[in-house]
Amino acid sequence: MSFLRRRKVPKTQNSEPQEIEGENEHGDKKTKPRPKLKEPKRWSCVDSCCWSIGCICSIWWFLLFLYNTMPASFPQYVTEAITGPLTDPPGLKLRKEGLTVKHPVVFVPGIVTGGLELWEGQQCAEGLFRKRLWGGTFGELYRRPLCWVEHLSLDNETGLDPSGIRVRPVSGLVAADYFAPGYFVWAVLIANLARIGYEEKTMYMAAYDWRLSFQNTEVRDQTLSRIKSNIELMVATNGGRKVVVIPHSMGVLYFLHFMKWVEAPAPMGGGGGLDWCARHIKAVMNIGAPFLGVPKAVAGLFSIEAKDIAIARAFAPGVLDKDVFSLQTLQHMMRMTRTWDSTMSMIPKGGDTIWGGLDWSPEGDFDCCARKLKNNDAQTADQSGKGSLGSTKRVNYGRIISFGKEVADIHSSKIERVDFRGAIKGDNLINTTKCDVWTEYHEMGIEGVKAVADYKVYTAGSILNLLNFVAPKLMARGDAHFSHGIAENLDDPKYEHYKYWSNPLETKLPNAPDMEIYTMYGVGIPTERAYVYKLTPAAECYIPFQIDTSAEGGSEDSCLKGGVFSVDGDETVPVLSAGFMCAKGWRGTTRFNPSGIRTYVREYDHAPPANFLEGRGTQSGAHVAIMGNFALIEDIIRVAAGATGEDLGGDRVYSDIFKWSEKINLQL
Amino acid sequence: MASILRFRKLCYVEPVKCSSLGFQSYVTPKVGKKDDGIVPKVKTVVVEKKREQQKKKKKKRQPKEWRCIDYCCWMIGYMCTTWWLLLFLYHCLPATWPGFQVPESPGTRLKREGLTALHPVVLVPGIVTGGLELWEGRPCSEGLFRKRLWAGSFSEIFKRPLCWLEHLSLNNETGLDPPGIRVRAVPGLVSADYFAPGYFVWAVLIENLAKVGYEGKNLHMAAYDWRLSFQNTEIRDQALSRLKSNIELMYLTNGYKKVVVVPHSMGVIYFLHFLKWVESPPPTGGGGGSGWCAKHIKAIMNIGPAFLGVPKAVSNIFSSEAKDIAFIRSFAPGLLDSEILGLQTLEHIMRVSRTWDSIVSLLPKGGETIWGNLDWSAEEGHGFSFAKKGQASMSGNNLNNSNQRSLQLKDPVKYGRIISFGKVASQLPSSQLSTFDSKEFPRTNTSTNFNSSCGEVWTEYDEMSRERIRKIAENKAYTARTLFDLLRSVAPKMMQRAEAHFSHGISENLDDPKYEHYRYWSNPLETRLPDAPDMEIYCLYGVGIPTERAYVYKSSPSEKCKNIPFRIDSSAEGDEGSCLKSGVYFVDGDESVPVLSAGFMCAKGWRGRTRFNPSGMETHIREYRHKPPASLLEGRGMESGAHVDIMGNVALIEDILRVAAGATGAEIGGDKIYSDILRMSERINIRL
Repeated sequence: MSFLRRRKVPKTQNSEPQEIEGENEHGDKKTKPRPKLKEPKRWSCVDSCCWSIGCICSIWWFLLFLYNTMPASFPQYVTEAITGPLTDPPGLKLRKEGLTVKHPVVFVPGIVTGGLELWEGQQCAEGLFRKRLWGGTFGELYRRPLCWVEHLSLDNETGLDPSGIRVRPVSGLVAADYFAPGYFVWAVLIANLARIGYEEKTMYMAAYDWRLSFQNTEVRDQTLSRIKSNIELMVATNGGRKVVVIPHSMGVLYFLHFMKWVEAPAPMGGGGGLDWCARHIKAVMNIGAPFLGVPKAVAGLFSIEAKDIAIARAFAPGVLDKDVFSLQTLQHMMRMTRTWDSTMSMIPKGGDTIWGGLDWSPEGDFDCCARKLKNNDAQTADQSGKGSLGSTKRVNYGRIISFGKEVADIHSSKIERVDFRGAIKGDNLINTTKCDVWTEYHEMGIEGVKAVADYKVYTAGSILNLLNFVAPKLMARGDAHFSHGIAENLDDPKYEHYKYWSNPLETKLPNAPDMEIYTMYGVGIPTERAYVYKLTPAAECYIPFQIDTSAEGGSEDSCLKGGVFSVDGDETVPVLSAGFMCAKGWRGTTRFNPSGIRTYVREYDHAPPANFLEGRGTQSGAHVAIMGNFALIEDIIRVAAGATGEDLGGDRVYSDIFKWSEKINLQL
Repeated sequence: MASILRFRKLCYVEPVKCSSLGFQSYVTPKVGKKDDGIVPKVKTVVVEKKREQQKKKKKKRQPKEWRCIDYCCWMIGYMCTTWWLLLFLYHCLPATWPGFQVPESPGTRLKREGLTALHPVVLVPGIVTGGLELWEGRPCSEGLFRKRLWAGSFSEIFKRPLCWLEHLSLNNETGLDPPGIRVRAVPGLVSADYFAPGYFVWAVLIENLAKVGYEGKNLHMAAYDWRLSFQNTEIRDQALSRLKSNIELMYLTNGYKKVVVVPHSMGVIYFLHFLKWVESPPPTGGGGGSGWCAKHIKAIMNIGPAFLGVPKAVSNIFSSEAKDIAFIRSFAPGLLDSEILGLQTLEHIMRVSRTWDSIVSLLPKGGETIWGNLDWSAEEGHGFSFAKKGQASMSGNNLNNSNQRSLQLKDPVKYGRIISFGKVASQLPSSQLSTFDSKEFPRTNTSTNFNSSCGEVWTEYDEMSRERIRKIAENKAYTARTLFDLLRSVAPKMMQRAEAHFSHGISENLDDPKYEHYRYWSNPLETRLPDAPDMEIYCLYGVGIPTERAYVYKSSPSEKCKNIPFRIDSSAEGDEGSCLKSGVYFVDGDESVPVLSAGFMCAKGWRGRTRFNPSGMETHIREYRHKPPASLLEGRGMESGAHVDIMGNVALIEDILRVAAGATGAEIGGDKIYSDILRMSERINIRL
């Protein structure tokens, strides 16, 4: 109120000088003392502003003060009042059961979640020495975006540091406990392990630079040697007890690579000898494992978009494409991510045998609504009742990329395909001078782009050819480090090369019959599996392909949504990729698993958080949020405290993984 | 509300009245009759009058309240806005202030010279500077999991001081964790790069190393829990094994280049311990074999080394105070002792710090041979040129000392008496001193009822009878030898625990098999250096700052419970320009470590081929004359010689970078000496 009052003052005051005041009320003058004459000036507009700012600040501080004096247990108390008593966190529960620290634990973080910090930079990165560029608050992204992009990119030729820039992984548990403030990755698991007695000497975060190809982390940073040395140290200082390794996401492939590397002879390998894994590793507990790659990586490489971005585009067409603020966000992102070799490791492996051909796919009969696929947002209510409808139509999941919705549906014999590989690139070059950001698409020319679209349908096998065509540099680099096939004969000496080490279909597991391999992943969330693409109308400086968000399935329960076909999975990794190796490829004694290492499939059915107080949920099955899943944490703690897979209860399966694995025709 | 509305209207009509001051005078004179007396005068309409009458009551108080709060808000808003504006301007400033040329960092300069990373570097932090974080705690520490308790912002001290103290204490019997509490060292470079926000320890050195190409793979911070005794860091955390494994790894992954170790302060003796540990056979040792050091270590560059201990540690254990605290006490007597807010700060600190075994490792080693006896000390007579120190006076406490050199020389200070009771006792010739063998201290508690009323026992002083306290004070003067009897008497538990881990003597015969025990490993006078003739040892330390060397104490008998019965006699002042100031005798040093302790081993004990250095590895002394920062902008100075600030000393950083890039001691210029360390060492009579 008084605020209103003051605001009025200046108006009159300024317009009418002081003499008017004198005229108006000469009678009053006696009662008013002197200072009045100057005072009115003080409550000017500026003062009012100051006043309101002061008000806001004081209230803010007051609240902050209250917040700080609040007892630490208050939020929990409120939560309990609303939702009833909370269950004990697994660490506490198991501690009461008498579990204590036994096997040392090694965490292997995945792509994106590890922090990166600056050790040497260009002029524009002044003052950022040893500050996080990736992870943390991402404050620099907003302040100097171009500088940031430049520092996070790698050299396009070598896949290593550009000259004058050294960005290195953060080391220690802090590297990936939180990705951003409040967004946990490993923190919950660490806290629960600490409850039963784990600490720094028994936990090790195998942080590595996730932008590099796996072998390059050894070449540049000696990361693999570091991991080897630390595991050896932990085994030695903990009375010879073997370690339990817990890789997550891409860390799974990284650790596969490590297991081959460590036993391979120097100089390419670590020279640990043939029984190194048997002597040092008790169990590998893979969380959200993309053993056979993820289709998301294809969309990421092809047009730097995934479901999320496609949806954003559908809602606000043009925002991402326009030159708003003269930023070409996607193009910048594309240029940056295409220098990262590691994304190559996630391209679907095993070709058509695993991922399905034009008319066939292992998940073909998957019914998107029979199993209650819950979105993370808990909008499940309307999906549960319609089991029967969707099952009639088979989805051609094998066509990972198809141009146009019709192409995705019709039978393969009706598709007219024109081979793109012979297409002349560089003909009819786009006028690139106008473009701020250079991407390899500019070199393809309109002919090349058209040829790509004319091929209509790409399966897991032809995807590689497609990527070779559109991103030749990345693929040339990547092909030297990764392979995506299936081995015919594992004894072929060529498989001693490190490019095969991270592909479970082209390597043998180490000779360690006592080791156990777990694959633990969430199910019950629609996960990207195949895409419907279209050509971008204006193909000037833009990325010429984008997901066709207008492609919707016919009925509401179709698997096709916004140009993306979904299957069961953990939102990022389809069940097939996460589970196949443990369900079939390595089960028993196979040619991929000659020593018969026992494997266990542990699935966690996704349940969205009951209320917002729960944060990201204690029963989540989502790719990263699963790290806070109580059941998963309990499994890990039990194994770390000495239990075997049998003690846990063996397999725990909700999805159709065994059925689908059956359908895959792979020589074992 | 309505009254406010009314005033708003008033303001509209007659702006003048709304001025805050005028407003007041307008209302206050006759509150009751306001409507009769004033309002009619104002040319307002009748409606308004009515409204006002309705709200008469409110009007009485409202105006005043609003004003006060308004003013506050206005002030706060004003300050905030100004602050933000300044902050904004500050951020807009170009990184390089025109006119103020930021001096080029040694790293950039040396990089231009062509230096690149060659030898991996291991940093070993000292006492206090390393961060500690919580892994398991009592209920009162809820929410602090993996948060720093030590170093960082220290905000928990203020929020829950008792809880904080409880978690930082160790078990008084074992010197390890108390049950249910696990506090661990922060690993990695972050553990000691900054002690508190803005207060660098290793950060400047790390940044300069990075300029010539160092990064995570060839730079390692050997963080350890500095509260534990050295061997216990291995027993509890396997810190020594960890360090060994990391050095081996860096040696392997960096093309078989030996490491350069840079320990600081207590880290120096920690690393001495490591050198012995790593070559000893398991289980007490690391089993690296006798060639391990020769194979893996190129040089040890000790910064501010406390080889022979520091006198500060004595006063710390004895009465939990040092120069700084004695000063505060003399300025504001009673502040620290009174029970304001129920806090007994010093007593709490004493209780906690007496559970930390590592402090005992810093007690003066070598006894009277090194530190002097009742009548003699190595530093007396020379090594005391205050003229040099004139420029060093940062705190102004020795400004007036600069021209008194001649006085000093006449009457040598008896530094040997590390603790003396009363100023007189510190200066009398020993023949007149009433001393008796301190071993005669009554060991039994003669009157246990003394502390019966005090409830919980906090410090061991509570268990001592007053008679014993008096007896201790009667002894008048203690030297580095008798000191231990004194400490054993006043802090029996701590000394008993810690002396199983540390030894402070001089060995007669190094071949005696008892010296294979780990308690001798951190004492340079009771161990041999490893057999590594190519290794180099550097002593890098600051000089030119007055450093505590001996104390004048008084007893402060008090009936109060939980009281520390001794304190530094801060009234004991020397003549103008004497080394005695507020009860503390000073010598040359880096503010914490006297020159003698830092330099003696490199100057004499290990120089050439001695029995402590059988393989004759080279030693180099590099002293850095202290220069206070020239301007505020320089922060803690780039030529500082102070114990911690020296880590930002440009010359020191350059030396380290050169050695890390492959230079030898001779190439960086051999010895660089400003103090009288060589002459002082001469006077020490020790068999080599």
